[in-house]
Amino acid sequence: MSSEQNGNVRNISYFQAIFEAHQEEMSRDERVVMIGEDISLYTKAGILDAGLEQRIFSAPISENGFCGMGVGAALTGLRPVVDLTIASFLYLAMDQIVNQAAKIRYMTGGQATIPIVFRASMWHEGSNAGHHSDRPYPMLMNAPGLKIVVPATPADVKGLIKSAIRDDDPVVVFEDNSLWFQSGPVPEGEHLTPLGVAATRRPGDDVTLVAIGGAQKVALEAAAVLADEGCSVEVIDPRSLVPLDRPAILGSLERTGRLVIVDPANRTCSAASEIAAIAAEEAFHSLKAPIARITTPDVPIPFSPSLEDPLYPATTDILDAVRKLQ
Amino acid sequence: MPPTDTERIALLRSELAIRVFEEAVKKQFAAGLIPGSVHLSIGHEAAIAGGCAALATDDYVIGTHRSHGHPIAKGADFGPLMAELMGRVDGVCKGKGGSMHLTDHSVGVMGESGIVGGGLPLAAGAGLSAKVLGNGRVCLCFFGDGASNEGSFHESLNLAAIWQLPVIYLCENNLYGATTPARSVIAVEDIADRAASYAIPGVVVDGQDAEAVYAVVAEAVERARRGDGPSLIEAKTYRYGEHAEGLIIPVTYRDESEVEEWKLRDPVAILRARLIGDGVLREDAAEALEAELRQQVAEAVAFAKNSPLPEPEAAFDDVYSNPIAGGAR
Repeated sequence: MSSEQNGNVRNISYFQAIFEAHQEEMSRDERVVMIGEDISLYTKAGILDAGLEQRIFSAPISENGFCGMGVGAALTGLRPVVDLTIASFLYLAMDQIVNQAAKIRYMTGGQATIPIVFRASMWHEGSNAGHHSDRPYPMLMNAPGLKIVVPATPADVKGLIKSAIRDDDPVVVFEDNSLWFQSGPVPEGEHLTPLGVAATRRPGDDVTLVAIGGAQKVALEAAAVLADEGCSVEVIDPRSLVPLDRPAILGSLERTGRLVIVDPANRTCSAASEIAAIAAEEAFHSLKAPIARITTPDVPIPFSPSLEDPLYPATTDILDAVRKLQ
Repeated sequence: MPPTDTERIALLRSELAIRVFEEAVKKQFAAGLIPGSVHLSIGHEAAIAGGCAALATDDYVIGTHRSHGHPIAKGADFGPLMAELMGRVDGVCKGKGGSMHLTDHSVGVMGESGIVGGGLPLAAGAGLSAKVLGNGRVCLCFFGDGASNEGSFHESLNLAAIWQLPVIYLCENNLYGATTPARSVIAVEDIADRAASYAIPGVVVDGQDAEAVYAVVAEAVERARRGDGPSLIEAKTYRYGEHAEGLIIPVTYRDESEVEEWKLRDPVAILRARLIGDGVLREDAAEALEAELRQQVAEAVAFAKNSPLPEPEAAFDDVYSNPIAGGAR
């Protein structure tokens, strides 16, 4: 992994950016601890400083137990980062994430703060089949009390993890594993990305294209092709799903009048569904064409590459959808 | 060190406070002033009072769905607890928690889980923070016989054991999970035996004897503070009432004679008689203590009744620490 110096901005991988965030926040604040499976490797491999070892709890395979332990630690003064390894493992810990982490503050009338971060990486396109390939953020969008971020760039994954660790509420960071070894510019030193602020990745006037997490890549590819056809596409990266930057999405839609949403989650009640509903409710009169959702269809993820690969939103799907709007 | 006379009287006071408070809850529930489900711990007072007496003020307690007694034994004010039960704005949780969630951080009662077994991992976390922050605190985690069959019980005891966390897991085994006899769904005779799987002490104690409970919990607290890790304690106890107030169970799942038999070993009566027998407390002083608590609870009921219901807009408060843009809708 190269770490190219370029003024005060370097190109580093998404993966390196994740661990820069951990290293910096754990050094900055002794209340930050890590809990998760196999994480003692990080100090042993030199990914994190050996001095942090005392605050890295390499846990048994007890997701509900160690997620809840993290919540209890957050309830009593620590700021844990719980690594769930793979997003679908969070189903084992739903009681602690949804019933406890998300609700304790509310149910105690504001007595409690739960400053915890859950990291969940979403693996797909790797023939890992149905138990290792989900993108479960829509389920958690339905659990009030959680904040949810879906960083798509190395700079954002660093900045959002750092902000999440400093936030007093539970934040779930959904990392798209296809991005882990992609590199991009990350500012040197302190770099925070605020929760709830979208980024416009490419300005445009004809179509608003909202793309979530790893779907940014295909969205930007499609926008480039469409530009050659004379169609100006504005690409928005929401970065946070809760809180969602509604003004950014609605503001763009008011200018373009057309909305396409690309979401690698399964279709029903997806993040795309929620964004489409908000647009329909709040910007109906700006719409010049029906809203389009490009999602993974409602099937479990199959094993064989020939079955799996065509299910995910692809550049061609976006091209087809946008061309239909014209 | 054996408890002083003053400490023994305080233990009786704690048991009595729970009893008197819950008798008032029963009455207010029947009068329709307490909405929702109410799970009373009348019969459990020795386990609750004995356990909490072994703690320092800043130690943590995690409770259960049957958890009015835990904050009381930890020293919480009655008024905000009663107001919470009635869903009032002055409730300890501003009317957001109710009977199953009488959390009072001012006395270290950090939370109660309406989900059976939900509190056990939280207690491990409280132990983790005490260890990392080095603040010398311990966490006393109450749970029931039913929770000992949850995965969270086994996961939490293992986590607490591998990291030697200062947590005392105290089972109030009242012999029934709702209507299911514990002996029909637990493979071992004593839940305390499950400690062997985690290489931690497992102790059975008479859950009707507050002083016995105090002694074993105090030893476990000392062990936890020394850094020697968690303990599992099983207090054999009994609930006199139904699983929840007002619940009509159309079949008999426990004999009336069993209930009567347990009432003969009433925790409050046992300690009261012992203190009087030992010359620690005079009969009239015991009566005065009870009268004083009845007066305080009556004041708490009046406080709760006088507290308004929260405004509907308050439903949108405290979802997040930092209110999010646009807010809940």
